[in-house]
Amino acid sequence: MSVLVIAEHDNQKLSTSTLSTITAATILASDVTLLIAGYDCSSVCESASRIAGVKKIITSDIGCFKVPLAEDLVALTQLIANDYTHILAPASTFGKNVIPRLAALLDVAAITDVILIENDNTFKRPIYAGNAIATVQSQDRVKVMTIRPTAFESAPTQDSPAPIQTLGYTSQNTLSEFIAIETHQSERPELTSAKIIISGGRGLQNAEQFKIIERLADRLHAAVGASRAAVDAGFVPNDYQVGQTGKVVAPDLYIAIGISGAIQHLAGIKDSKIIVAINKDPDAPIFEVADYGLVADFFAILPEFENVLTQLGY
Amino acid sequence: MKVLVAIKRVIDYHTKIRVKADGSGVETRNVKMAMNPFDEIALEAAIRLKEAGQASEVIVVSCGTSECQETLRAGLAMGADRAILIETSEELQPLAVAKLLNAVVNKESPQLVFLGKQAIDDDANQTGQMLAGLLNWAQGTFASNIIINNDKIEVEREVDGGLEKVSLKLPAIVTADLRLNEPRFPSLPNIMKAKQKPLEVISASSLNIDIKPRLTVLKIESPPIRKQGVKVNTINELFNKLHVTEKVL
Ligand SMILES: Cc1cc2nc3c(=O)[nH]c(=O)nc-3n(C[C@H](O)[C@H](O)[C@H](O)COP(=O)(O)OP(=O)(O)OC[C@H]3O[C@@H](n4cnc5c(N)ncnc54)[C@H](O)[C@@H]3O)c2cc1C
Ligand SMILES: Nc1ncnc2c1ncn2[C@@H]1O[C@H](COP(=O)(O)O)[C@@H](O)[C@H]1O
Repeated sequence: MSVLVIAEHDNQKLSTSTLSTITAATILASDVTLLIAGYDCSSVCESASRIAGVKKIITSDIGCFKVPLAEDLVALTQLIANDYTHILAPASTFGKNVIPRLAALLDVAAITDVILIENDNTFKRPIYAGNAIATVQSQDRVKVMTIRPTAFESAPTQDSPAPIQTLGYTSQNTLSEFIAIETHQSERPELTSAKIIISGGRGLQNAEQFKIIERLADRLHAAVGASRAAVDAGFVPNDYQVGQTGKVVAPDLYIAIGISGAIQHLAGIKDSKIIVAINKDPDAPIFEVADYGLVADFFAILPEFENVLTQLGY
Repeated sequence: MKVLVAIKRVIDYHTKIRVKADGSGVETRNVKMAMNPFDEIALEAAIRLKEAGQASEVIVVSCGTSECQETLRAGLAMGADRAILIETSEELQPLAVAKLLNAVVNKESPQLVFLGKQAIDDDANQTGQMLAGLLNWAQGTFASNIIINNDKIEVEREVDGGLEKVSLKLPAIVTADLRLNEPRFPSLPNIMKAKQKPLEVISASSLNIDIKPRLTVLKIESPPIRKQGVKVNTINELFNKLHVTEKVL
């Protein structure tokens, strides 16, 4: 077995989802290669070379990879794809953009959102918004897949650095062009790796009142999530969305406020250790999955909520 | 400009699915079926291009059993001009669908192909990217806004960190995310009109494409169920549980 992991990073450091993907890779083989395509990304390579399990780093440090387009990143990966039995990327929008295009060009299946590796050709993945789990077996010569980060721990660091090798690439891409990216900088922890998340839904009513959620989150050093309805209504940006088609999260504590608990939302939170729901409707489906449910009007209990936080030292 | 939209027939998203006891799959008998929600959004985008005078024809394509004709008729009722069914009763995985769509694209030569970003049954999120690869076209996945500008399309993409903008040379593949638009409900007259619109059926076997599943599904099972939770009466009680019992705060 030889496994290639396509790294996701911001030219400064690896994403935590890549660290989880490396852990998944080490289950398959002791020989894991990390492909780091970026621009001015030597610091990523250096820190990545000290991640346990990584035996080699292949890097392409070229302008076109500053924000990589699938057209280029897939062409680059194709140069080395034949050396591997498995090619993995995190099941993020980055990995999901790249992996299927690569798979089609290699004429193999792609396996999305792997949550468990049974052996080198058998994997488990959720379907139907996580309401069923499929075990699939691949006979393809190379298994190409995305790894659900919340299902695997982050890979630890090691002392002896892995060698870094450069891969030349000249972009032939005349198909697509990167124009801009609008990211929402925040001091808060990332949703996908946060220990505590507070999410708000349509029940918050407007963007102004949603800020209350953000304020509580800051006191708890928590990440902020949202339901699709809250995003659609413009309370918060799209990258806050948690669920089947948003982010899948697995914090120790997930607090859902003013969220009804549609299956599409639940799909993203089921792996949380403790789920708390605050909702004024006693029949809201969120209470069926909540470990602790409080039937209340959020705005009415807010003063008490803030008091308790103060008492607990937050 | 011709626009093709790939639409999949799936279990209606309001339905609570049931995993079969023998582990062979999910119960689809007597279950309400509908167009994949993302494909409705994809189709709405195509129809709006036509209404804006930027597209000349909108063709909906589905791959699957003859029952997909119902889904295609729903697409025609929304406003597509004609429909194509690639008929097969084989199990279709994304790579096979991409290959079948590739054949349709070669025949129809559209300038733009819209797909949903993911089908809500297999949650694969693969077919559009695969089709783009097979055609060697540009891909704009997870689109929340599109602007056509001569021979290019600018796509705003919903990515994990926020919003990304790319410019793609046409012909191109675009996969629709939730916020691209709000799909319309077909009006009764349009539902009637849809019955007269052309729907071509092509048998998948006539295309000589290898559509055999690449992945063997060994088992479909229910996920582990979370233990029944409790209701608390006050915030104080809630935080006491979180702090003292669960130690998560
Ligand atoms: C294809 C598809 C994909 C989807 N993907 C996602 C996804 O990834 N993530 C997602 O979240 N949704 C997703 N959805 C949408 C999902 O079906 C629901 O529509 C959505 O989750 C509802 O959001 P909500 O719970 O905030 O709103 P609502 O369902 O309107 O619920 C609002 C809740 O707030 C409560 N409330 C109101 N006021 C108060 C108050 N003062 N105090 C306390 N409680 C209050 C109400 O009782 C109610 O339960 C998807 C839908 C489709 C079709
Ligand atoms: N059988 C099918 N027929 C037509 N289109 C399909 C089919 N399967 C998938 N698609 C298209 O591909 C998109 C992504 O599906 P998937 O890759 O299965 O998640 C869907 O939203 C559809 O637009």
